[in-house]
Amino acid sequence: MTDPVLSVRNLSVEIPTRAGILKPVDGVSYDIAKGEILGVVGESGAGKSMAGNAIIGLLTRPAHISGGEVWLNGNRIDTLEPEMLRRMRGKEIGMVFQDPLTSLNPLLPIGDQLTETILEHLPVTKAEAEARALKGLEEVGIPAAAQRMGSYPHEFSGGMRQRVVIALALCAEPSLIIADEPTTALDVSVQAQIVALLKKLCREKGTAVMLVTHDMGVIAEASDRVAVMYAGRLAELGPVRDVLTHPMHPYTHGLMGSTPLASKGLARLNQIPGSMPRLGALPDGCAFNPRCPKADAKCRANPAPVMNERASCWHPMIPGQTS
Amino acid sequence: MNALARALNSDIGYSFRKTPVAMVSAVVVTILILSAVLAPLVAPYNPFDPATLNLMNGFSKPMEPNAFTGDVFWLGTDDQGRDVFSTILYGMRVSLFVGFAAVLFALTLGVTLGLLAGYIGGWTETLIMRAADVQLTFPSILVAMLIFGIAKGFTPVDMRDQMAIWVLIIAIGLSDWVQFARVVRGATLVEKNKEYVQAARLIGRRPGAIMIRHILPNVLSPVLVIATISLALAIIAEATLSFLGVGAPPTQPSLGTLIRIGQGFLFSGEWWILLFPAVTLLALALSVNLLGDWLRDALNPKLR
Amino acid sequence: MSYVSVKSLSRVFDVSKPWLNRMIERLPRAHLKAVSDVSFDIDARKVYALVGESGSGKSTIGKMVVGLLQPSQGTVEIGGVDLKNETDAEKVDKTRSDIQMIFQDPYASLNPRWRVAQIIEEPVTARGGDANGLAERLLEQVGLSALDARKFPHEFSGGQRQRICIARALASNPKMIVCDEPTSALDVSVQAQVLNLMKDLQEDLGLTYLFVSHDLTVVQHMADTVGVLYLGRLVEEAPRDALFGAPKHPYTQMLLDAAPKLDGFGREVPPPQGEIPDPINPPSGCAFHPRCPRAVARCKAELPEMRRIGETRVACHLAE
Repeated sequence: MTDPVLSVRNLSVEIPTRAGILKPVDGVSYDIAKGEILGVVGESGAGKSMAGNAIIGLLTRPAHISGGEVWLNGNRIDTLEPEMLRRMRGKEIGMVFQDPLTSLNPLLPIGDQLTETILEHLPVTKAEAEARALKGLEEVGIPAAAQRMGSYPHEFSGGMRQRVVIALALCAEPSLIIADEPTTALDVSVQAQIVALLKKLCREKGTAVMLVTHDMGVIAEASDRVAVMYAGRLAELGPVRDVLTHPMHPYTHGLMGSTPLASKGLARLNQIPGSMPRLGALPDGCAFNPRCPKADAKCRANPAPVMNERASCWHPMIPGQTS
Repeated sequence: MNALARALNSDIGYSFRKTPVAMVSAVVVTILILSAVLAPLVAPYNPFDPATLNLMNGFSKPMEPNAFTGDVFWLGTDDQGRDVFSTILYGMRVSLFVGFAAVLFALTLGVTLGLLAGYIGGWTETLIMRAADVQLTFPSILVAMLIFGIAKGFTPVDMRDQMAIWVLIIAIGLSDWVQFARVVRGATLVEKNKEYVQAARLIGRRPGAIMIRHILPNVLSPVLVIATISLALAIIAEATLSFLGVGAPPTQPSLGTLIRIGQGFLFSGEWWILLFPAVTLLALALSVNLLGDWLRDALNPKLR
Repeated sequence: MSYVSVKSLSRVFDVSKPWLNRMIERLPRAHLKAVSDVSFDIDARKVYALVGESGSGKSTIGKMVVGLLQPSQGTVEIGGVDLKNETDAEKVDKTRSDIQMIFQDPYASLNPRWRVAQIIEEPVTARGGDANGLAERLLEQVGLSALDARKFPHEFSGGQRQRICIARALASNPKMIVCDEPTSALDVSVQAQVLNLMKDLQEDLGLTYLFVSHDLTVVQHMADTVGVLYLGRLVEEAPRDALFGAPKHPYTQMLLDAAPKLDGFGREVPPPQGEIPDPINPPSGCAFHPRCPRAVARCKAELPEMRRIGETRVACHLAE
């Protein structure tokens, strides 16, 4: 196996508050290989976006990385100066957010934005940059791209805007793309287009992708491996087909059961009792133990074990065996 | 005591304890307001009781015994022998009363009109907000002077001194309602589309009940901030009007009137008659304003 | 006998720029037809779902059914009472309290300054009724604690707030609840809890639901009958299994294909073409024709009528 593009080791994020220190991300580790799509899934408050922001150095104070390492292409990046990090975002890491308008300058034609980004990061002439920008827009499927180079972001529909953002994220040929809920604000039919586009371009260019979403269906269709997060920790990490069809962590199992997609024909959904604990009020032991059907004294006394095989759980479910 | 402890532990209380400027301002404001309210008890003299006045005490310098009577006045006396410290306390009473009353008037008017404009919309909104726009094109001191002038024309001559304070309140209040109306209208437009208001409509609540019981409590926090900052502005506006001679009469002097009187003695060497009322006005307006600034930041979740 | 009967319902919104801009820029008035000529019936004690993407008019229809919006044309009859033309005020009031609503955003649908008891009891107290102990009873019915009645909304999570909204909707003993995207702001595991609760209540209390959603999976789980909307028009209506098993309208087929599948590992399907057109200037004829893989000349020229094919009603020239 070749070296991973992104390697996250034991990453922790802390937010000091007057009520105490919150840990929205706690000891998270994963790798993403070249051309691979890692889905990061979890419910709100699970820390999936916070982990993404920590990797690209976009945490807003007072949140900060309190432990662990982030390596990109063999270079450690969590210790870089802010200025170096800023230069690296865009060049080495492209970003796609839920709301495309936050990534685009409303006062600048999209062609100029692409050209400028390319000029800043790649050693090319202005004419070459413009040609690359046009090619980028064509790749993401903007119709009549040559004419649309001079259009402003507000002149595009939501789906087209997200395409422009993807072109912008890819234009400096980064080795990693972090896509944070890229399709959440879009309609079903447009969502399918964006997911297909992201998949196609990253395969072609060999870009590693971290796809953060709450939508299990999107994860299933787009990603190669999936990381399930719960209360700031990794609950399960593995090949998407294995994790979704034979979840080993009781949380993943519950999550799959509560998805209406999986319920076909059942009158009731399998619900997980209770709700995700607030960060300030995490239970002792494994964070999932109060909601877990398999929890026992061991789970209440000890934090969940470090990943064994796939799941971070004292009593992982063995495939083929129902709970 | 329990309630106080709880208040200090809330988010606002926490921010208060973490902001020294706010704490100092609050202390200054409290001392000033208390001494103004309790002026008859605190002040060493009653400057408006002719029986206690001694013309021989005129122009006493601060902290120095008077050349004729040997009396000592902390902050000196004016030309008629009135103790400056006492006149400041009584003057602050007038200033604060006018300030509070004017803000209360502006707040009531502005919040009512803002709610109506925001909730009803259409022609009501156009009418109210255009009137507000027109008013904003005049400097508010000019509006106050205009209202003051008109009102003066309607009051009988012998009533003018008694009416002056009330006219002042109305004049300042009327020049100040616009910002309340604008903020409340904006907040109302946001709130009225929220689903809890739709739920209330669905239940069959009448518009009046929805405005007062549902929307009003949810638009009050920005109003509180504006009211605090407005208080400082109203006190200054009152002082300005009184300084210009169209405000509080010399029989009921406010800080502004005192500054106007003192200004006449500045070049003859009696600086204290002007300086001390001016410093008091500054301290009062500044600390109220700083308190308002802190409140705005503390109530704004984005800045927290 | 159907409980709700919606006939030729239309709603037009005036989206013109302000008068001054129109005069200066010489623009005409602009109208957005959010809902055009929609008719459907909801049987008592059934779940009727309206599904569609943004701009389909599904929420507008929901609001017209409960009476938050007035229709531009057409009628809504609830239990045989036409709310717009009924003159008997008592009858109108009674019908209004028979129909309640649950909204999408659990954070905006509870007044943050009110206590939970006050919120839940408002439908009764606003009419001058006696609500003693009602909030406590309803809170327990929706799976919360009677002690929660004293609390304020900010003390609850999204799912708990949605339970409080459900309790409020139940306070006036309604026959029907319009649910406008009730779970789309919730996480999957919480959504499952709320959907289960809604289903239980429907069975226990004999409620009728009009369920408005963009989420096909939720609709498939909840609905007895499904109506699919595109750009303000009903394009297909069928019993749930017929609709999901054998969709007849090309738009419904496209939606079902596009929806992500839990077992669609590495699925490579050609994604749908095009995007939803501008509702202010909708395409001629069948509004779906520019995106429809099967469109013929007739589709561009002629608006398809609603036709009945078996259990399905479909508005497509080519459906069979």
